Formats: sequence, C-alpha cells, structure tokens
Amino acid sequence: MAPRRILSIWLAAFAIDRWRLAEGCARGEGADAQPLVLIAETAHGPRIQATNSAARNAGARIGTMLADARTLCPSIVAVPGDPAGDLAELEKLAAWAMRWGPWSALDPPNGLLVDVTAVAHLFGGEAKLLADVHHAFTHRGFAMRAAIAPTAGAAWALAHYGPDRAILASEDDMEARLSDLPVAALRLDGDVLTVLGLKRLGELGTVGRDALHRRFRNRKSPAANPLVRMDQLLGRVPEPLLPVVPQQVPLVQRRLMEPIRHRDLLDRVLADLAQDMICELEGQGTGARRLDLGMWRVDGEVIVRRLELAAATRDATHIVRLLGEKLGDIDAGFGIELVRLRASWAEALPASQDDIEAAAERHGTSLSAFVDRLTTRLGSKAVRRPVLKGSHVPERSQAWQPPLSPEPPEQEAFRFHARPLKLLDRAEPIAVLYATPDGFPQRFRWRGEVHEIARVEGPERIAPEWWRERGSARLRDYYRIEDDTGRRYWIYRYGIAGDGRGGVPEWFLQGLYA
Amino acid sequence: MIQDSLSTAAQLASDATSQRWQPGLDAVAQSEIFASGREGSGAGAALALALDAWRHREREEGEEAEDRRAVVWVQTRAAVKRGGRPFRAGLPQEIRHRLIHVLAEKDEDALFALEEAVRCRDVAFVIGEIVGSPRALDFTASRRLTLAAEKHGVPLTLVRLDGTRDLSSARQRWAVQAAPSARPKWNRQAPGAPAWQAELFRARKHPPGLWRLSEDAKALVAERETSLPARGEDTKARSHSDLAGVGEGRTKVPNGKSPSPGPVSSFGASVAILSPDGERVLG
Repeated sequence: MAPRRILSIWLAAFAIDRWRLAEGCARGEGADAQPLVLIAETAHGPRIQATNSAARNAGARIGTMLADARTLCPSIVAVPGDPAGDLAELEKLAAWAMRWGPWSALDPPNGLLVDVTAVAHLFGGEAKLLADVHHAFTHRGFAMRAAIAPTAGAAWALAHYGPDRAILASEDDMEARLSDLPVAALRLDGDVLTVLGLKRLGELGTVGRDALHRRFRNRKSPAANPLVRMDQLLGRVPEPLLPVVPQQVPLVQRRLMEPIRHRDLLDRVLADLAQDMICELEGQGTGARRLDLGMWRVDGEVIVRRLELAAATRDATHIVRLLGEKLGDIDAGFGIELVRLRASWAEALPASQDDIEAAAERHGTSLSAFVDRLTTRLGSKAVRRPVLKGSHVPERSQAWQPPLSPEPPEQEAFRFHARPLKLLDRAEPIAVLYATPDGFPQRFRWRGEVHEIARVEGPERIAPEWWRERGSARLRDYYRIEDDTGRRYWIYRYGIAGDGRGGVPEWFLQGLYA
Repeated sequence: MIQDSLSTAAQLASDATSQRWQPGLDAVAQSEIFASGREGSGAGAALALALDAWRHREREEGEEAEDRRAVVWVQTRAAVKRGGRPFRAGLPQEIRHRLIHVLAEKDEDALFALEEAVRCRDVAFVIGEIVGSPRALDFTASRRLTLAAEKHGVPLTLVRLDGTRDLSSARQRWAVQAAPSARPKWNRQAPGAPAWQAELFRARKHPPGLWRLSEDAKALVAERETSLPARGEDTKARSHSDLAGVGEGRTKVPNGKSPSPGPVSSFGASVAILSPDGERVLG
C-alpha cells in the first residue's frame, strides 16, 4: 500500500480575498488600496476579524477592538465580516479541490485538506501538483500556501509555518524536518506550551513524554493536549477527518396554478408528491426516515408538518396515510399555492425483490409500519421497549427506548432473582398494622384494604447508590409476600431503625407479582 | 388456527358438550380476562394463557424455527396507575427481549393501538389492559377487534381491570383471581410459582368451568375444580353480580379476613388441590 499523502491548503487572507473579489478590484488597487478591516460585532463593540495589507501596515491587528485601531489610523474603513458566507464558500472550494484527489475535507476557518495519495503522477509529480494548485488558486484570486506531507497534521504545520510549497516525503525523518517549526504548528487552542517555555517542536522531545503526559492528563480533546497533537503530526495515532461529500436532499414540489383550499385536493397533491418522492429515493437507493411537508399559503404563511419513520421506507401509501393524519388541523386560509416534500433524513435502503412466497402473501402490516402508525397518532413517547440499565435499584434498572433501535449491551438480570411482573411507577406507602418481631409486617393496609400476610421471603437488601443519590438516601429491605388469598406483592422497608438517616422506617409496596 | 366462524349451531352444541377447555389448545382470536386491579393476576394469567397458546400453535410451512416476532402490550394510563408497568426482569424469559409497550392516554387510543397490533404480521400476540368498562369498548368495538384478530391470526388477550361483565364478542371470557401458590420445595415459607383461580364463564367452544391455573417449568398446568354446582344456568344471572368473588362459594367468605377455615371449607373438593402436601393453606 502506498503511504498516505495529504495536501494542506491554507488560504492566508481568505475573508479579505472574498470581500475583494465581491468588490471586483485587484489586490492593492481600488477600494483595497485604503486601510480596510472586516469586523464582527461583539458584546464589547466591534472587533477586527481580518485586515488587508494597507491596514496591517497602518497598525491594525486581528483581534483588537476597532476603536483601538482607529486611534492608530483614523482613516481605517470598517466593513462587517461574513463568517457564514466564508464557510459556505470554503465548502464550495472543498468540493472544487477534489480535482486534485478523491476526497477533501474542510479545515475551518480558512484551510482545506485533500487526500492526494497515489495521484501525484497524474500531474507529473508532487512538485508539479503543488504548482498546479498554486496556479489554480492564484488564478481565482486567493492568496494561498500549500504543502504535502504523510499526515494531515504535518501538512498543516508545513503549509502554515514551513517554507512555501514544502513537500515532506514519506521516507524523510519527520521529527527532524519539523523540529524547527514553532509550537503553534501543533494546532492547539491557546498557547499552553509557551507558558512552559517551549517554543519549537523539537524542544517538546527534551521535556520527556511522561512529564508531558502527567501535565496534560486530564485534557481529553486533541486540540488541548500537545501529546496527542504531536502523535497525530507524526502519524503515531490516526486523525479522523470528515470528507466533504456533496449530498443532495431528495426534494419534490408542486407549484399549483390555482391555490387549493380543500382537503381532498390537497390529498391528491400529496399522493402525487409521495409518488415523485418514491421515484427520487429509488434513484438514490435510499429510503426516507424523516419527511418535511411544507405548504406555502398565498398570504405568506408557511405550514410545516414533519413526519419521522421508524425504519427507512419507500412505500407511498404508507407515507400518504401517515402524513394525512397530520393534515387534519391545518388552516388553508386563502389557499395553498406551493407544496413541497423533502426527505431531510434518508437512509440506505437497497432495492429488494418482492417476496413472492406464500408466507409473505399474508396480509397485515410490517412492524415498522405498525410503529409508525402508533407514533403518529399517540406520540413518540407512547411506543417503547423496556431495556436493562446498569443499576440495582429496581425503578432505575429499566430504561425505555424506541422499539426498533438496537438494545444496548447490558449485563442480564440474575436468574435467581424473582422479580415482579409489574412495577408501580411510584412505590406506594403502606400502613403496617402489626409487625412480627422478625421485622416484616403481618398485616398492612394498602389502598384502603387490609392484607393479612401468609408467606414471606426476604429480606433482600438493596443499598442506596451513593454515586447517584443524596447522602440521606436509605437502604431498602425487599420482601416477597403472599397474602392469605394468594395475592403476591413486592414490598420494602425504607431504612432500618437507628441508621441515623431519619425516623422510623417506612414501608412501601412497589411491585405486583403475577 | 382460529376457529372457523361459520360452524353451525349443531356443531357448536356438540363441541360444547364434548370438549372441555384444557391447556394446549389453539389460541382463540380474542379472549377477555376480568381481574381486580389490586393484584397482578390478570396480566399474569393473560400472559400465561397467551404463552401457552403460542407454544402450541400450529406451525406454518416455511416458518422459522425460532419465533422472533414482537409481543405487544397495550396499557391505558389508568391501567398503569392502577397496576403498574411491565417490569423487564420479571417478564417470562421468552418475551423479555421482544416486548413492545404501548401507553395510551385514552381508551379510544388503546383500542386503536390494539387493532393496529393485531393487524401487524410481525406480532406474535397482543395483550391489552383496560380499566373498567369504558364507553368506547362497546359491543361494536369488541366485535371489530375480534374480526380483525380472526382475519390476521394474531391472538388478542384483553385484561379488564375491575370491569363489569358487559356485552362482548370475545371468544373466551375468564374471571381470574389470585390463588395461594404451591409451597416451594426448599423454602416452605416463601411464595411459590404463581397460581390463579380462573373461571371460564363464557366460551364459544367449551362449556364453562372453574380451574386452578399455575405455571411450572415452561408449561401451564390446569387442575379442574368441581365445587361449583349447576354452573351452566346461572352464568348469565351472575354476569352482573359482584366481580370480586369468582363463585358463590367464595363470595360467602367474609373476604378472607378470618384465617383459614373460610375458603377452605367452602371449596370442599378443592382443598386437596390448594394444598397438595396436606398442610393447611393459611397459617
């Protein structure tokens, strides 16, 4: 396998370049000849985000307040920055940069990473590849620096702090080549290393790995831990990158010649849209998990209905039926002129052959359709499945989750525990009328009726979970009991006398046995 | 699997005289279980009966060896308040991992959920819990459920907590009450495997009768109790009477407050069953 080669591109003056291209002037001419800064509004007033070269020469620095810069250079021009637009443009550039490699990733706020493993020969070598990149970006009017290295971290460091168009071959000694770079090349948040007196990457090796590890042992994020960053730089630990994959959200719509005001017409439109959506999804090989139905009214209102499905589906009648249930209360006003259906969450659903076996010919809905219908009418909290949760306390040992999601791995409950079939949502206090000297009640009252206990097993002691509960929580002694008519319950005593956590222990009934 | 609904009256009559109910029969489309909301016996017996029918169902051709279909348990909010929610650690081992619980705020929603559940082909059986006799559960609704269950072959067991025995199209109707359990072998003071006193007071194929149901390892055990005389005639007459007592014999007892002699003496023939080891049941 060929070693990884990563191309890092740093657009050094990205925000200013974008502004300049939008103004339509060349670098250093026209509006760009004046000192100019891009600002962001903060709680303490406008702060400088980007500067052009004239402003830099006049003394404006990124990160200072605009008012401070104005004292140095009163003629400075301030223009509001556009970080969201910058990010969108960067995404477009990332897709465009895939001309040099099979995938590319964003490196916000002003960088790109492209995987150029085993593609350099198509451009005549890595030097020519870099020249091509340089030419292409310069032609578009962006100031940039680029570097190629075996890891993303090394490529980033070289692009920002190394010589221009640096290439780090995979057989080079990376540590030696990179040791002269400043510690800022590690992509750390804040200068955590300069306070330790470390200025170059090479000095990091003089401190000793153990000492560094101890100093930063509770910094889990890579951006805060220099050891992790150093290992990523040298390729000792992998660094996950999120490639930019252009993705189209399936969207179908109907512009209506006459605004519709009646439900049956809307149902017709909805059926058509569902049919179109199915075609769209089939083409992509996906099935819808979430659908947004937007209805634009002529008076400018938008009605949105959202549908979530338990499993990916491409069944038009199922979709129409579920969405139809959500359309009962909409107000069409003067009419709806545009209806749009969007699958904002789609999952892969390969085309499958219709099952023609006799068993599949049976009527009836599938489980996911059943769950969908119930959640649409009863709400998403109504249909759930009990799963185990790591706890000894009965009411906490069970969690509820959506019925079709996979069960979390948990230790199975002990087989020798005889647990009740049903558990009350909240344990109900019982009044003990007569207790035996052994400690368990002989007669108690629950919900206004007296029970005479015939048989008992217990106690099973469950200690409070001190890591979850308050310190005043008391232990519980559980008893399985059966009364004289055969009714079986699970009761417990909350605390024991003299445990110093409250008065006389109380009794509760928590479960009903079958 | 489900009874043929077109059997003639003569057939029904002959069935009725010949065939007593026993465990191991096929599931019926819809059965109802009346139980008190103060005990877990209704849900317990419903699960036991449904599981018994599920184990003995006829396997279709090409069916998988292990049935992995879900079990749906529908409860209204009122039923949860009265009897609690299913607790996974206490469920039978076979259905722990495939239970789907539906919590309905209203009785109408619960009926909707039940009907959708019996229409689903990926469901093994359905259990519903409804409190009292709500207006929504009239004969039409009950018939609707029965027909849907018959059509799709998914058995439905409806637990009616503190309900009255009103009109219903359920194929089997039971009244269930907790019974003293058999004493475990190793700890005779401990409660044993669950047992119920179950009265089948209306069934399509079987004559009514009284059983003591219990579960031993992996199977439902039914022992017939013979204490109630002339049960055929007065089933209708009693159908509006108090539900708390299963039979006349039990209703005479002052609700078990006096210790042992009451229920034991009134169930003369059943004493041997209630306490197989010859001990006094209560004490």
